[in-house]
Amino acid sequence: MTEETLPPVTMLSTPIRLDYDFTAGLAQSKTLSGYAQGKFIGQRCPKCKKVYVPSGGSCPTDGVAMDEIVELANCGTVTTYCVVNVPFAGQSIELPYICAQILLDGANISFMGLIQEIPTDEVRMGLRVEAVWVPEDELGPNLSSVKYFRPTGEPDADYETFKEYL
Amino acid sequence: MADVVDVYRSPHVLEYPYVRSTGPIVGAYLTGLRDGRIMGAKGAAGRVIVPPTEYDPETAEELTELVEVGPGGVVTTWAWVAEPREDAPLAEPFAWALVQPDGADTGILAPVAASGPEAMASGMRVTASFLPTDERQGRVQDLRCFVPEEAS
Repeated sequence: MTEETLPPVTMLSTPIRLDYDFTAGLAQSKTLSGYAQGKFIGQRCPKCKKVYVPSGGSCPTDGVAMDEIVELANCGTVTTYCVVNVPFAGQSIELPYICAQILLDGANISFMGLIQEIPTDEVRMGLRVEAVWVPEDELGPNLSSVKYFRPTGEPDADYETFKEYL
Repeated sequence: MADVVDVYRSPHVLEYPYVRSTGPIVGAYLTGLRDGRIMGAKGAAGRVIVPPTEYDPETAEELTELVEVGPGGVVTTWAWVAEPREDAPLAEPFAWALVQPDGADTGILAPVAASGPEAMASGMRVTASFLPTDERQGRVQDLRCFVPEEAS
Protein backbone atom coordinates (compact mmCIF):
# COMPACT_ATOMS: atom_id res chain seq x y z
CA MET A 1 0.00 0.00 0.00
CA THR A 2 1.71 3.20 -1.11
CA GLU A 3 0.47 6.58 -0.03
CA GLU A 4 -0.07 7.67 -3.64
CA THR A 5 -2.84 5.08 -4.04
CA LEU A 6 -4.88 6.35 -1.10
CA PRO A 7 -7.62 8.90 -1.77
CA PRO A 8 -7.63 12.20 0.15
CA VAL A 9 -9.38 12.21 3.53
CA THR A 10 -12.78 13.87 3.24
CA MET A 11 -14.76 12.33 6.11
CA LEU A 12 -13.95 11.98 9.77
CA SER A 13 -15.53 9.78 12.41
CA THR A 14 -15.60 11.69 15.69
CA PRO A 15 -17.52 9.66 18.26
CA ILE A 16 -18.10 11.48 21.50
CA ARG A 17 -18.24 9.18 24.48
CA LEU A 18 -19.02 9.98 28.08
CA ASP A 19 -18.38 7.29 30.67
CA TYR A 20 -20.43 7.77 33.80
CA ASP A 21 -20.42 5.85 37.04
CA PHE A 22 -24.09 6.30 37.82
CA THR A 23 -25.27 6.13 41.42
CA ALA A 24 -29.02 5.76 41.64
CA GLY A 25 -29.41 7.23 45.12
CA LEU A 26 -31.82 6.01 47.80
CA ALA A 27 -35.12 6.88 46.16
CA GLN A 28 -34.37 5.51 42.71
CA SER A 29 -32.74 2.45 44.26
CA LYS A 30 -36.05 1.66 45.98
CA THR A 31 -37.82 1.83 42.64
CA LEU A 32 -35.09 -0.27 41.01
CA SER A 33 -35.22 -2.90 43.74
CA GLY A 34 -38.98 -3.02 43.10
CA TYR A 35 -38.35 -3.95 39.46
CA ALA A 36 -36.16 -6.81 40.67
CA GLN A 37 -39.21 -8.06 42.60
CA GLY A 38 -41.69 -7.47 39.78
CA LYS A 39 -43.29 -4.48 41.51
CA PHE A 40 -43.75 -0.79 40.82
CA ILE A 41 -42.50 1.20 43.82
CA GLY A 42 -43.23 4.91 44.17
CA GLN A 43 -43.15 7.53 46.87
CA ARG A 44 -45.81 9.84 48.27
CA CYS A 45 -45.27 13.51 48.99
CA PRO A 46 -46.09 14.25 52.65
CA LYS A 47 -47.47 17.66 51.63
CA CYS A 48 -49.49 17.26 48.42
CA LYS A 49 -50.02 13.50 48.88
CA LYS A 50 -49.24 12.83 45.25
CA VAL A 51 -47.52 9.56 44.39
CA TYR A 52 -44.56 9.66 42.03
CA VAL A 53 -43.19 6.63 40.20
CA PRO A 54 -40.32 6.44 39.67
CA SER A 55 -39.53 8.76 42.54
CA GLY A 56 -36.63 11.17 42.50
CA GLY A 57 -36.71 11.40 46.30
CA SER A 58 -38.27 14.84 46.59
CA CYS A 59 -41.57 16.26 45.45
CA PRO A 60 -41.06 18.36 42.30
CA THR A 61 -43.91 20.67 43.34
CA ASP A 62 -43.31 21.07 47.07
CA GLY A 63 -39.58 20.43 47.20
CA VAL A 64 -39.87 18.29 50.30
CA ALA A 65 -38.34 14.87 50.87
CA MET A 66 -40.68 11.96 50.23
CA ASP A 67 -40.18 9.15 52.70
CA GLU A 68 -43.38 7.16 52.36
CA ILE A 69 -42.99 4.17 50.08
CA VAL A 70 -45.99 3.17 48.02
CA GLU A 71 -46.36 -0.04 46.10
CA LEU A 72 -48.47 0.60 43.02
CA ALA A 73 -50.84 -1.67 41.19
CA ASN A 74 -49.63 -3.81 38.32
CA CYS A 75 -52.28 -2.24 36.09
CA GLY A 76 -53.13 1.21 34.84
CA THR A 77 -54.65 3.34 32.12
CA VAL A 78 -53.18 4.49 28.82
CA THR A 79 -53.31 8.28 28.88
CA THR A 80 -51.54 9.06 25.61
CA TYR A 81 -49.62 6.94 23.13
CA CYS A 82 -47.57 7.02 19.98
CA VAL A 83 -47.43 4.44 17.20
CA VAL A 84 -43.78 4.13 16.18
CA ASN A 85 -43.44 3.41 12.45
CA VAL A 86 -40.12 5.04 11.67
CA PRO A 87 -36.92 2.99 11.91
CA PHE A 88 -34.07 4.61 13.83
CA ALA A 89 -30.52 3.80 14.93
CA GLY A 90 -30.49 1.48 17.91
CA GLN A 91 -34.06 0.29 17.37
CA SER A 92 -34.56 -3.09 19.03
CA ILE A 93 -38.32 -3.68 18.77
CA GLU A 94 -40.09 -4.77 15.59
CA LEU A 95 -42.10 -1.99 13.93
CA PRO A 96 -44.77 -0.83 14.26
CA TYR A 97 -45.01 -0.70 18.03
CA ILE A 98 -46.72 1.48 20.59
CA CYS A 99 -45.07 3.59 23.18
CA ALA A 100 -47.61 4.79 25.74
CA GLN A 101 -47.88 6.88 28.84
CA ILE A 102 -49.55 4.69 31.44
CA LEU A 103 -51.09 6.02 34.64
CA LEU A 104 -50.59 3.17 37.10
CA ASP A 105 -53.47 2.79 39.56
CA GLY A 106 -52.51 4.73 42.67
CA ALA A 107 -49.95 6.97 40.90
CA ASN A 108 -50.18 10.67 40.14
CA ILE A 109 -47.77 10.64 37.25
CA SER A 110 -47.72 8.54 34.11
CA PHE A 111 -45.11 5.95 33.32
CA MET A 112 -43.73 5.21 29.86
CA GLY A 113 -44.25 1.68 28.59
CA LEU A 114 -44.52 -0.53 25.56
CA ILE A 115 -47.97 -1.87 24.63
CA GLN A 116 -48.23 -5.34 23.08
CA GLU A 117 -50.84 -8.08 22.47
CA ILE A 118 -53.17 -5.64 20.71
CA PRO A 119 -53.23 -4.42 17.08
CA THR A 120 -51.73 -0.95 16.88
CA ASP A 121 -54.93 0.55 15.44
CA GLU A 122 -56.93 -0.60 18.47
CA VAL A 123 -54.89 1.18 21.11
CA ARG A 124 -56.75 4.15 22.56
CA MET A 125 -56.71 6.67 25.36
CA GLY A 126 -58.33 5.12 28.42
CA LEU A 127 -57.32 1.56 27.52
CA ARG A 128 -56.79 -0.50 30.67
CA VAL A 129 -53.46 -2.35 30.65
CA GLU A 130 -51.36 -4.51 32.96
CA ALA A 131 -47.62 -5.06 33.16
CA VAL A 132 -46.12 -8.30 31.93
CA TRP A 133 -42.82 -9.02 33.63
CA VAL A 134 -39.95 -11.13 32.41
CA PRO A 135 -39.63 -14.61 34.02
CA GLU A 136 -38.68 -14.46 37.69
CA ASP A 137 -35.11 -15.64 37.15
CA GLU A 138 -34.57 -12.79 34.67
CA LEU A 139 -35.89 -10.02 36.94
CA GLY A 140 -33.30 -7.39 37.73
CA PRO A 141 -33.09 -3.86 39.17
CA ASN A 142 -33.79 -2.21 35.82
CA LEU A 143 -36.65 -1.38 33.48
CA SER A 144 -35.87 -4.39 31.28
CA SER A 145 -37.76 -6.38 33.92
CA VAL A 146 -41.00 -4.90 32.56
CA LYS A 147 -41.48 -6.82 29.34
CA TYR A 148 -44.45 -4.75 28.18
CA PHE A 149 -48.02 -3.83 29.05
CA ARG A 150 -51.06 -5.63 27.59
CA PRO A 151 -54.81 -4.98 27.69
CA THR A 152 -56.61 -6.30 30.77
CA GLY A 153 -59.95 -6.59 28.96
CA GLU A 154 -61.63 -4.26 31.47
CA PRO A 155 -63.89 -1.48 30.13
CA ASP A 156 -61.97 1.68 29.19
CA ALA A 157 -61.34 4.20 31.94
CA ASP A 158 -63.49 7.32 31.86
CA TYR A 159 -61.66 10.33 30.41
CA GLU A 160 -62.42 12.32 33.57
CA THR A 161 -60.26 9.90 35.60
CA PHE A 162 -57.06 10.66 33.72
CA LYS A 163 -57.55 14.03 32.04
CA GLU A 164 -55.28 15.73 34.57
CA TYR A 165 -52.39 13.52 33.57
CA LEU A 166 -52.17 14.24 29.84
CA MET B 1 -39.98 -4.39 51.45
CA ALA B 2 -36.99 -3.99 53.71
CA ASP B 3 -36.16 -0.64 55.27
CA VAL B 4 -32.55 -0.85 54.20
CA VAL B 5 -32.12 -0.57 50.48
CA ASP B 6 -28.91 -1.08 48.57
CA VAL B 7 -27.96 1.94 46.55
CA TYR B 8 -27.44 0.78 43.02
CA ARG B 9 -24.45 1.85 40.98
CA SER B 10 -23.88 1.14 37.35
CA PRO B 11 -21.66 2.19 34.48
CA HIS B 12 -23.58 4.45 32.12
CA VAL B 13 -22.16 5.23 28.70
CA LEU B 14 -23.45 7.99 26.47
CA GLU B 15 -22.04 7.90 22.98
CA TYR B 16 -22.74 9.94 19.87
CA PRO B 17 -21.33 8.33 16.72
CA TYR B 18 -20.74 11.50 14.72
CA VAL B 19 -19.30 11.42 11.22
CA ARG B 20 -18.48 14.78 9.68
CA SER B 21 -17.05 16.01 6.43
CA THR B 22 -13.63 17.55 6.81
CA GLY B 23 -13.68 20.29 4.20
CA PRO B 24 -10.63 20.90 1.99
CA ILE B 25 -8.19 22.28 4.58
CA VAL B 26 -8.78 19.93 7.52
CA GLY B 27 -9.04 17.12 4.95
CA ALA B 28 -5.61 18.02 3.58
CA TYR B 29 -4.19 18.16 7.11
CA LEU B 30 -5.58 14.68 7.94
CA THR B 31 -4.47 13.32 4.57
CA GLY B 32 -1.00 14.66 5.37
CA LEU B 33 -0.95 12.99 8.80
CA ARG B 34 -2.06 9.71 7.25
CA ASP B 35 0.84 10.02 4.81
CA GLY B 36 3.29 10.95 7.60
CA ARG B 37 3.46 14.70 6.94
CA ILE B 38 2.40 17.74 8.94
CA MET B 39 0.76 20.38 6.77
CA GLY B 40 0.21 24.03 7.62
CA ALA B 41 -1.69 26.85 5.92
CA LYS B 42 0.16 29.88 4.63
CA GLY B 43 -1.62 32.92 5.97
CA ALA B 44 -1.24 36.67 5.75
CA ALA B 45 2.36 37.93 5.55
CA GLY B 46 3.62 34.39 5.05
CA ARG B 47 2.65 33.27 8.53
CA VAL B 48 2.25 29.46 8.65
CA ILE B 49 -0.64 28.23 10.75
CA VAL B 50 -0.65 24.65 12.08
CA PRO B 51 -3.05 22.87 12.23
CA PRO B 52 -4.18 24.71 9.10
CA THR B 53 -7.25 26.92 9.28
CA GLU B 54 -9.63 27.71 6.44
CA TYR B 55 -9.41 31.42 7.15
CA ASP B 56 -6.61 33.62 8.39
CA PRO B 57 -7.33 34.29 12.07
CA GLU B 58 -6.24 37.93 11.74
CA THR B 59 -7.35 39.07 8.29
CA ALA B 60 -10.16 36.51 7.74
CA GLU B 61 -8.88 35.96 4.21
CA GLU B 62 -9.55 32.52 2.78
CA LEU B 63 -6.47 30.30 2.91
CA THR B 64 -5.71 27.74 0.23
CA GLU B 65 -1.93 27.35 0.12
CA LEU B 66 -0.64 24.45 2.19
CA VAL B 67 2.99 23.88 3.10
CA GLU B 68 4.72 21.01 4.83
CA VAL B 69 6.24 21.75 8.25
CA GLY B 70 8.24 19.71 10.78
CA PRO B 71 8.74 16.87 11.46
CA GLY B 72 11.04 18.50 14.04
CA GLY B 73 9.83 21.26 16.29
CA VAL B 74 10.11 23.10 19.58
CA VAL B 75 8.05 22.66 22.75
CA THR B 76 6.69 26.05 23.74
CA THR B 77 4.61 25.06 26.78
CA TRP B 78 3.77 21.76 28.41
CA ALA B 79 1.96 20.02 31.27
CA TRP B 80 2.92 16.63 32.70
CA VAL B 81 0.29 13.89 32.86
CA ALA B 82 1.44 11.65 35.68
CA GLU B 83 -1.61 9.38 35.62
CA PRO B 84 -2.96 9.01 32.08
CA ARG B 85 -6.67 8.29 31.88
CA GLU B 86 -7.95 5.29 30.01
CA ASP B 87 -8.63 7.30 26.88
CA ALA B 88 -5.34 9.21 26.92
CA PRO B 89 -3.27 9.02 23.72
CA LEU B 90 -0.40 7.28 25.51
CA ALA B 91 -0.66 4.65 28.22
CA GLU B 92 2.56 5.71 29.97
CA PRO B 93 2.91 9.09 31.71
CA PHE B 94 3.52 11.81 29.11
CA ALA B 95 3.33 15.57 28.56
CA TRP B 96 0.63 17.50 26.77
CA ALA B 97 2.61 20.15 24.92
CA LEU B 98 2.26 22.92 22.41
CA VAL B 99 4.79 21.99 19.76
CA GLN B 100 5.75 24.54 17.13
CA PRO B 101 6.94 22.54 14.13
CA ASP B 102 9.91 23.85 12.14
CA GLY B 103 8.58 26.22 9.51
CA ALA B 104 5.37 26.95 11.44
CA ASP B 105 4.42 30.07 13.39
CA THR B 106 1.89 28.39 15.69
CA GLY B 107 1.84 25.29 17.87
CA ILE B 108 0.03 21.95 17.74
CA LEU B 109 -1.33 20.52 20.96
CA ALA B 110 0.23 17.06 21.05
CA PRO B 111 1.51 14.42 23.43
CA VAL B 112 5.26 14.29 24.05
CA ALA B 113 6.62 10.89 25.08
CA ALA B 114 9.32 11.86 27.56
CA SER B 115 10.84 9.80 30.35
CA GLY B 116 9.57 12.17 33.03
CA PRO B 117 8.81 15.81 33.80
CA GLU B 118 12.55 16.41 34.40
CA ALA B 119 13.09 15.53 30.74
CA MET B 120 10.67 18.26 29.63
CA ALA B 121 11.50 21.93 29.10
CA SER B 122 10.14 24.82 27.13
CA GLY B 123 12.44 25.28 24.15
CA MET B 124 13.37 21.59 23.91
CA ARG B 125 13.61 20.02 20.45
CA VAL B 126 11.19 17.23 19.57
CA THR B 127 10.31 15.31 16.44
CA ALA B 128 7.08 13.76 15.20
CA SER B 129 6.42 10.07 15.68
CA PHE B 130 3.63 8.66 13.53
CA LEU B 131 1.68 5.43 13.92
CA PRO B 132 2.86 2.60 11.67
CA THR B 133 1.62 3.18 8.10
CA ASP B 134 -0.99 0.41 8.20
CA GLU B 135 -2.54 1.79 11.41
CA ARG B 136 -3.08 5.33 10.16
CA GLN B 137 -6.68 6.22 9.41
CA GLY B 138 -6.60 9.90 8.51
CA ARG B 139 -7.18 11.04 12.08
CA VAL B 140 -5.25 13.41 14.36
CA GLN B 141 -4.16 10.33 16.31
CA ASP B 142 -2.09 9.26 13.27
CA LEU B 143 0.49 11.69 14.65
CA ARG B 144 0.97 9.51 17.71
CA CYS B 145 3.19 11.92 19.61
CA PHE B 146 6.40 13.92 19.52
CA VAL B 147 9.56 12.47 21.04
CA PRO B 148 12.61 14.34 22.39
CA GLU B 149 15.06 14.75 19.53
CA GLU B 150 18.07 13.25 21.32
CA ALA B 151 16.01 10.10 21.98
CA SER B 152 14.77 9.75 18.43
